[in-house]
Amino acid sequence: MADLISEYEDKLPPRIIDEIKENMPKGASDTKIKKILEAIYKEYMTARVHPGESVGLISAESIGEPGTQMTLNTFHFAGVAEMNVTLGLPRIIEILDGRKELANSMMEIYLKKHYSSGKNIEDLKQLAMQIKETTLKDISTEFTINIADLTIEIKLDKDKMKVIEVTTGKVVDAISKQLKGYNIRDNKETIILKARSKEDTFNDAYKTKEKVKEITIKGIKGIMQVLPVKREDEFIIITSGTNLADILQLEEVDAYRTTTNNVFEIEQVLGIEAARQAIINEIFKVIESQGLNVDLRHIMLVADTMCISGTLKGITRYGVVSEKSSVLARASFETPIKHIINAALVGETDNLNSVVENVMINQPVPIGTGLPTLSVKQQTKGKEK
Amino acid sequence: MAEVYLNSKFVGAIDNPIEFSQKIREERRKGIVAETVNVYYNDKMNEVQIESSKGRARRPLIIVKDGVPLLTEKHMKQLEKNEISWSDLIKQGIIEYLDSAEEENALVAFFENELTSDHTHLEITPLAMLGHCSSLVPYGNFNQSTRLNAGAKNQKQALGFYASNFSVRMDMDVNLLQYAQKPIVNTIMHDISNYDKHPAGQNIVVAIMSYKGYNMEDAIILNNGSIERGFGRSTYFRPAIAEELRYAGGLIDQVGIPDKDVKGYKTEKDYRFLEDDGIIYPEAKVKEGDVVIGKTSPPRFLSSMEEYSLASSTRRESSINLKHGEEGVVDFVLLTENEEGNKLIQVRLRDERVPETGDKFTSRHGQKGIVGLIVPQSDMPFSSKGIVPDLIFSPHGIPSRMTIAHLIEMVAGKVGALAGRYVNGTTFDAEPEERLRKELLSLGFEESGMEVFYNGQTGEQYTAKIFVGNMYYLKLKHMVANKIHSRARGPIQLLTRQPTEGRAKEGGLRLGEMEKDTFVAHGASLLLKERFDSDRTIVPVCESCGIIAIKDNYKNRSYCPVCGENTEVNDIEISYAFKLMLDEFKSLGIYPKLQLESKY
Repeated sequence: MADLISEYEDKLPPRIIDEIKENMPKGASDTKIKKILEAIYKEYMTARVHPGESVGLISAESIGEPGTQMTLNTFHFAGVAEMNVTLGLPRIIEILDGRKELANSMMEIYLKKHYSSGKNIEDLKQLAMQIKETTLKDISTEFTINIADLTIEIKLDKDKMKVIEVTTGKVVDAISKQLKGYNIRDNKETIILKARSKEDTFNDAYKTKEKVKEITIKGIKGIMQVLPVKREDEFIIITSGTNLADILQLEEVDAYRTTTNNVFEIEQVLGIEAARQAIINEIFKVIESQGLNVDLRHIMLVADTMCISGTLKGITRYGVVSEKSSVLARASFETPIKHIINAALVGETDNLNSVVENVMINQPVPIGTGLPTLSVKQQTKGKEK
Repeated sequence: MAEVYLNSKFVGAIDNPIEFSQKIREERRKGIVAETVNVYYNDKMNEVQIESSKGRARRPLIIVKDGVPLLTEKHMKQLEKNEISWSDLIKQGIIEYLDSAEEENALVAFFENELTSDHTHLEITPLAMLGHCSSLVPYGNFNQSTRLNAGAKNQKQALGFYASNFSVRMDMDVNLLQYAQKPIVNTIMHDISNYDKHPAGQNIVVAIMSYKGYNMEDAIILNNGSIERGFGRSTYFRPAIAEELRYAGGLIDQVGIPDKDVKGYKTEKDYRFLEDDGIIYPEAKVKEGDVVIGKTSPPRFLSSMEEYSLASSTRRESSINLKHGEEGVVDFVLLTENEEGNKLIQVRLRDERVPETGDKFTSRHGQKGIVGLIVPQSDMPFSSKGIVPDLIFSPHGIPSRMTIAHLIEMVAGKVGALAGRYVNGTTFDAEPEERLRKELLSLGFEESGMEVFYNGQTGEQYTAKIFVGNMYYLKLKHMVANKIHSRARGPIQLLTRQPTEGRAKEGGLRLGEMEKDTFVAHGASLLLKERFDSDRTIVPVCESCGIIAIKDNYKNRSYCPVCGENTEVNDIEISYAFKLMLDEFKSLGIYPKLQLESKY
């Protein structure tokens, strides 16, 4: 049986082969197996996309048509989720544009088994607070500049410090790590900063004061809010604000399942293949949440076009569209004048290979019936062409 | 302590806000405080809002004291005798106007018999909550509110007898219903607004049944006999206006039959209706293209050449003629002067509009529909009493829209027609349905309103009984004659050589961007090309410089404006719009070079 199946290994995709192996009835005769395999192969060939099928346009229509209904539904879902999440059309646009800054970035942090199972939500809260970013601004009541000797005085809020379990010493450590060129003195209730260089002016002091406010005392930079939630049998932490690289470093975190909704960050940290999967997951999540039904393969095609160049490119005039080889195709998308003038400056040639250009000049488009051409040997009469 | 605000500005505080606001109300009723002042005590915020500013919606209510309305029979009699007026009732403190805020403090009874000692006001009539058009819907309280709105909206579009002196008015672009009737089932608002002086519909017999599927999706079926007897017949008046404009240099337009040497002279046939003064005569039957008012204008630009030319034919033709698809009979011609003292000619054309498939009709319940089929009277279903309905309405229009009043109006109309009387269908105050049904029974009909019906074509009896009744139906101003449009070949734009846009210009229907995509998605490449062939052109192109060349058909030679005669020129097929784009590139200083290559 195995050798009969292996015959098809280069004809059928591995997944189908696996499925055949799994489901083939035990004790089937060789002739029957052969018949089954033949039938599967035939079915597979008919299911394949035909040459010249405009898959991109069909994907666009398949996503775009239910997308029109999405616009209307958007605001019904606003504010329902446990955290503020962008949903509906705005989110789809955000993903497809390949934006780096999201309106609402968030992470889902999964924990390793022995950190999450058998614990209660209170234990998790502590861990969550460790992750949450606390800046100096959050635990201090006052920042003042002593004009006479140009020192910065920071008055700390002891109550708030107690909640997040930091001591003044730790605060001093954090400042000294992130602020160079300053002497730091711990005065119990306050911290006093003084520049080491003698040429410090009031302006510099003021700038330092503003800088000091943003110093991370505790937690991971970028994590603005944390929310421990129970999902099925385990506890996870949902955060608003992301920092995938640093979160994955943490001992408690299950790096295999922890994700962010920021596709760009995934590309930076985990690579383009992960980004592709993230795009598919994120778009599918939105479409599913709206109760719409779009075939996954359409979304996969979109994700592929965004990632094919090796870096993440949005479907904008700066991203995917700028990669098009045809001047006319680029000009027909957005900012036509810019594209035409730049093409004229460098003397670009348009080979009229794609759909839009051929529609513009009223020629058959190289798709479907327009793709095959007749190949005829021309009798050369007299001079050669 | 409650805060007191006057027109949203804080003025002070008061210990007993309820008593305080009540006192202001009492004084307002006595006339000490202005009638336009309203007080509102907000118990949640514990504040009193006194308003006297403009822009508040206010409505009148009868004041109730200890469960008894202050408006008595005595007042009513005095009102009938014209001894007192509305404003007297306000001055006497019997009726007062409340704004939306003060209404929150009031308890308003709908009907007098609902009054308790808690009530502060009584509705003058429940109808007061509706506007004029909504009050014209009979049995409106049996309809869903959205249908009531739709019904009110439809009535505004109905054709009617809009003015009794229409024949001497120069109204333009106006419709007139020819045999308008006053409704059998009416409301009090019909009397108040003198509806019988300007009715806008007709009473007809409606059967609710299906007929061969021609009344699917809100369509209706009309009896041709009814149309021949005048149902839904209307006249459309169309204007044709010409003015003798004055131009700089003492030049002036001239109304008259244009000379044959005038620039842009049409054909002699087009001017055949004009009398010597250049204006058409009344009762002339005109069709599209015919000139209604002949007119010539002076030349646009006075060039030195033309100044000395011998011919006086530099004038332009600028007659008013009927546009594409228009026709009618000249009804009325008016010669006058306008404010600037220019001669002004107005011609009114009349066009009789007999109902046809595609015309829009509606009942007064938002049940609008388009004529799907006109059936000869001989083929119409008929009842056992020999009644043939004028209109067949689809039963599928009823359940989802829940227009119960539509059904009740049919019963009421039936009773009214049989008993020879009008039925009062005022919203909230109508003749009860029960009584109508009893009367229907006494008139010798089934009290359900159903009747035994026979197939008009076979004579067989229908298994189901059919619900028939009389309704007031309105013809709406949307008629197919004004909208129908099709094109195979026709005018094109000068610039792009693409078909013109819009019905008025006999334009094409654009196959747009998204429609194009569907062709591509199907891979129908060659079909797509054919659809876009409307501006197809053959252009000669110079092989060496790639610029569009010139083809001289007289001398049968081609040459390139850049390279001259010694170059190979080949024809290519492109859309004219693309050729235009190439020209625009050239005007920008961009050199669009076409590199030709054999396709095969």
